[in-house]
Amino acid sequence: MSSNWIEACAADAIEQEDVIRFDHGGRTFAIYRSAEDDYFATDGLCTHEQVHLADGLVMDDIIECPMHNGRFNYRTGEAKGAPVCVNLQTYPVKVEAGKVLVQLD
Amino acid sequence: MPLRDYSLIGPEAEKAVQKGLAAGAWYRPDIPRWQMKDLMQRRDGPAIRDTMLWIALFILSGAGGFYFWGTWWCVPFLFCYGVLYGSSTDSRWHECGHGTAFKTRWMNDAVYHIASFMIMREPVIWRWSHARHHTNTIIVGRDPEIVATRPPNLFQIYLYFFGITTVPKALQKMAIHAMGRLTEEEKTFVPESEWSKAYVIARIHLGIHALPFALAIHFGSWLPLMYFGVLPTMYGAWLGVYFGLTQHAGLAEDVLDHRLNSRTVHMNPIFRFVYWNMNYHIEHHIFPMVPYHALPKLHAIMAPDLPKPYPGTIAAYRDIIGALLRQRTDPAWTIEPELPALAKPCQPAVPGNATPAPAA
Repeated sequence: MSSNWIEACAADAIEQEDVIRFDHGGRTFAIYRSAEDDYFATDGLCTHEQVHLADGLVMDDIIECPMHNGRFNYRTGEAKGAPVCVNLQTYPVKVEAGKVLVQLD
Repeated sequence: MPLRDYSLIGPEAEKAVQKGLAAGAWYRPDIPRWQMKDLMQRRDGPAIRDTMLWIALFILSGAGGFYFWGTWWCVPFLFCYGVLYGSSTDSRWHECGHGTAFKTRWMNDAVYHIASFMIMREPVIWRWSHARHHTNTIIVGRDPEIVATRPPNLFQIYLYFFGITTVPKALQKMAIHAMGRLTEEEKTFVPESEWSKAYVIARIHLGIHALPFALAIHFGSWLPLMYFGVLPTMYGAWLGVYFGLTQHAGLAEDVLDHRLNSRTVHMNPIFRFVYWNMNYHIEHHIFPMVPYHALPKLHAIMAPDLPKPYPGTIAAYRDIIGALLRQRTDPAWTIEPELPALAKPCQPAVPGNATPAPAA
């Protein structure tokens, strides 16, 4: 296992079509589990006004910021329109032995 | 107390940043994640039902006004039409702007753009303005949507009920945008990447606003002016202003706790249909992604942490009028909502080395 794969949480700690917050190294991330049981990771704060995305709602491939309705595709990080104009950084994720691992920079 | 500067480019804007109010951490009650997910769920059903009813009421009142035009009988029909046009569009603009009214995105966008035109709030500018209002609610120098400034200008507030100042101001802003410019204040909250969209939409809106005048001249009748454009926005504005003033007027400025700067008022079902449940305004500000149809449920969950809601608009206005009259001579005075004994305490201070916010 590469040294920069970081254990974020247990795979079953996230419900299907949901997100949780993961803090590491002074940074905050959002870890997603899709309806199809795939896992994804992005930066944890909305690129609009630094709100924690883990408090938002996951709908299909979209994470919605809980404050201003900023919407991102959490698989690609793409910002889906105002009030978000800057894409989210995404990170590779894998599941091993029931743990979600995130490859951080 | 020196007069405060409510502009977004004056000294108060800088002070709000220095005090940590611009990026402060707001009070939030602890509601379990499963419950918040349930509350935030989107549904098309309630908004489709309400929109169908809304359109039917437009048709009925509009047809009545047309049929009885030239007699006094047209007055009650156009009275209802005006309220639908100039007041109920406020909440449609608002909810669809938040993207919460419908589950289907294009439905939110369609109603948002139509309502934006009717209420004369340019959709690009006001989307960003309202985002700022939610980030910095009633923070002087940061919030572009503070209605009752201090000391309050009561005559100006009175004119709001008829759109006498707001509509000409909206047209003036539209003209500025149509010429390819934003005001310096608008530049503080609208990102540059959005400016060109704002210019195009301003030109389209101005063009559509000219249409009823052209039709009125063509047909030699006032009737087209009664149905769309600036006139119904003005003659129908009063109820929207009546509701809108209950949101924040007389309450605290520069606090990081929506329980102290926003107001929840119980309203009857007709008012709540017109206003799409925005009477639950504290709840809406704390959790803006909860759709209007779920706000009564959110209110019930949050009630132990909230000030006692006003039983109706009359009770709210007793407080508001008293506060506005008093603030004419004592601008620092503010209504201090009483929190339940077991409520989570007020947000005590802003983070970092900032000055504590006044615990109104």
